[in-house]
Amino acid sequence: MGMTMTQKILAAHAGLDKVEAGQLILADLDLVMGNDITAPMAIQEFKRMGAKNVFDRKKVVLVPDHFTPNKDIKSAEQCRVIREFADEMDIENYFEIGQMGIEHALLPEKGLVVPGDVVIGADSHTCTYGALGAFSTGVGSTDMAAGMATGQAWFKVPEAIKFVLKGRPGKWVSGKDVILHIIGMIGVDGALYRSMEYSGEGLGSLSMDDRFTMANMAIEAGAKNGIFEVDDITLEYVKEHSDKEYKVYKADDDAEYKEVYHIDLSSITPAVAFPHLPENVRTFDQIEEIPIQQVVIGSCTNGRLGDLRIAAQILKGHKVNPRVRAIVIPATQKIYLQAMREGLLEIFVEAGAVVSTPTCGPCLGGHMGVLAKGERAVSTTNRNFVGRMGHPESEVYLASPAVAAASAITGKISSPEEVMK
Amino acid sequence: MIEGKVIKYGNNVDTDVIIPARYLNTSNPEELAAHCMEDLDPSFKDRVQPGDIIVAGSNFGCGSSREHAPMAIKASGISCIIAETFARIFYRNALNIGLPIMECPEAAQEIREGDRVAVDLANGTITNLTSGRTYKAASFPPFMQELIQAGGLVEYVKEKMGVNR
Ligand code: SF4
Repeated sequence: MGMTMTQKILAAHAGLDKVEAGQLILADLDLVMGNDITAPMAIQEFKRMGAKNVFDRKKVVLVPDHFTPNKDIKSAEQCRVIREFADEMDIENYFEIGQMGIEHALLPEKGLVVPGDVVIGADSHTCTYGALGAFSTGVGSTDMAAGMATGQAWFKVPEAIKFVLKGRPGKWVSGKDVILHIIGMIGVDGALYRSMEYSGEGLGSLSMDDRFTMANMAIEAGAKNGIFEVDDITLEYVKEHSDKEYKVYKADDDAEYKEVYHIDLSSITPAVAFPHLPENVRTFDQIEEIPIQQVVIGSCTNGRLGDLRIAAQILKGHKVNPRVRAIVIPATQKIYLQAMREGLLEIFVEAGAVVSTPTCGPCLGGHMGVLAKGERAVSTTNRNFVGRMGHPESEVYLASPAVAAASAITGKISSPEEVMK
Repeated sequence: MIEGKVIKYGNNVDTDVIIPARYLNTSNPEELAAHCMEDLDPSFKDRVQPGDIIVAGSNFGCGSSREHAPMAIKASGISCIIAETFARIFYRNALNIGLPIMECPEAAQEIREGDRVAVDLANGTITNLTSGRTYKAASFPPFMQELIQAGGLVEYVKEKMGVNR
């Protein structure tokens, strides 16, 4: 029996010729990541372990992104712990405000992750880097601490579900619609423990931004990781962003999959996940008039340049509904700068949206757009659990940047077609 | 080799019944153990003996991710959990604090409350000494046995770093 992509990467990093689903392995890590919420705890554990140095000062990444620029004294203290640790350990990849971005947009952009890598991060959306054909998964603070100390982590080798994509997505359909469609189909526990592996000729019509969005939400289907077959689009991205050595792993022809789904991208239409689970997915033929008070375009799911371009394309020449707060958050400084150069930020501000410095902010109800009781938001983020963006009685509707921008204009949940006739 | 008497539970034992949230204001293992299983099985803490083994159905440890749950079980004296399946985060947390757990649907279904069971982590065998039946689960590779023996991930790394030697 052959191995899946994930199994091959794990075997290689465990120094084994072969691994099987369910097997426990100890794997070498190419990167260990933490943020302002999880790293302080990991640093504490790291010290408790008696570790004096990180295993490799180039392979530990610390990104203060959740409550930054520091929203209060408590978050400032958390960030101070990280900054002092970064200095003490002489960590190369510590990103202070001014260089930082939302971790899962930042690491690929900085070229820190390449195909074939094994990456752990103390954040559940670490699965994002699977878009690059790497194995990456979220772990707890203790695992992060052990990873920083030893450069290794243990894993239970996962089974996999295969998604074979074909066809081209229609106008206004993005990676977000595809992944929402998939989560709606298999449910929030549809891929529990497993890897979601993407392949097929349909990959050719998905940009890297689309793929990052799709890998990002693997955890929303319960998966351990999401991973994309490496193709020319991936390699071009890698060439542009990184000079790290990479390795392309392909699944064996006789690899075992628990399930195989065939998805025709041309059949997918814009979708929205209703409160309070990402699996409550509806298409516009099933959506009635739902007024909203806020729109968020940003996050590790959809705060990349391609996302901002689509939002700007829709907002251009329009005005945000006067009863809606539209908040645009470029995910990194580089994206911010590029959006500025392309005139996208001007379009947003002219339309009546606000543009924020990179931060997770409203995605987790932290700051920069917290919802009041009874308020509704259309958001390009990845979770719509109860109270995720603020008051427990507020509601989050997950959608693509195109749907979010259209909804900002109309003041209700709207498909892009409604405003782009 | 682990040996003990079986305490048996059903499916979907969640972390809220393993250690109710109202007791999470401490991470002292003994205090946690004093309330372990309280909402599911109030008699647990009186009848549990050091070395006892929990056998349960599917999805053991589901619900919110708290390291307190395996900690409370371990501090109660439980030496191993055998279940049909474990919730993913519980699985990781349990091994990270040095509590051996084994997935073995057959054993989990057939073993009964009060049976005496022996578990060999190195080769993955579970023997029901009462019925005489033996089951095969996945074995623990040497690094994981070391990790469990050390008492969890923190201790394991400590030893590896040479601090405890
Ligand atoms: S943007 Fe949201 S989901 Fe992404 S890392 Fe930040 S808080 Fe987590």
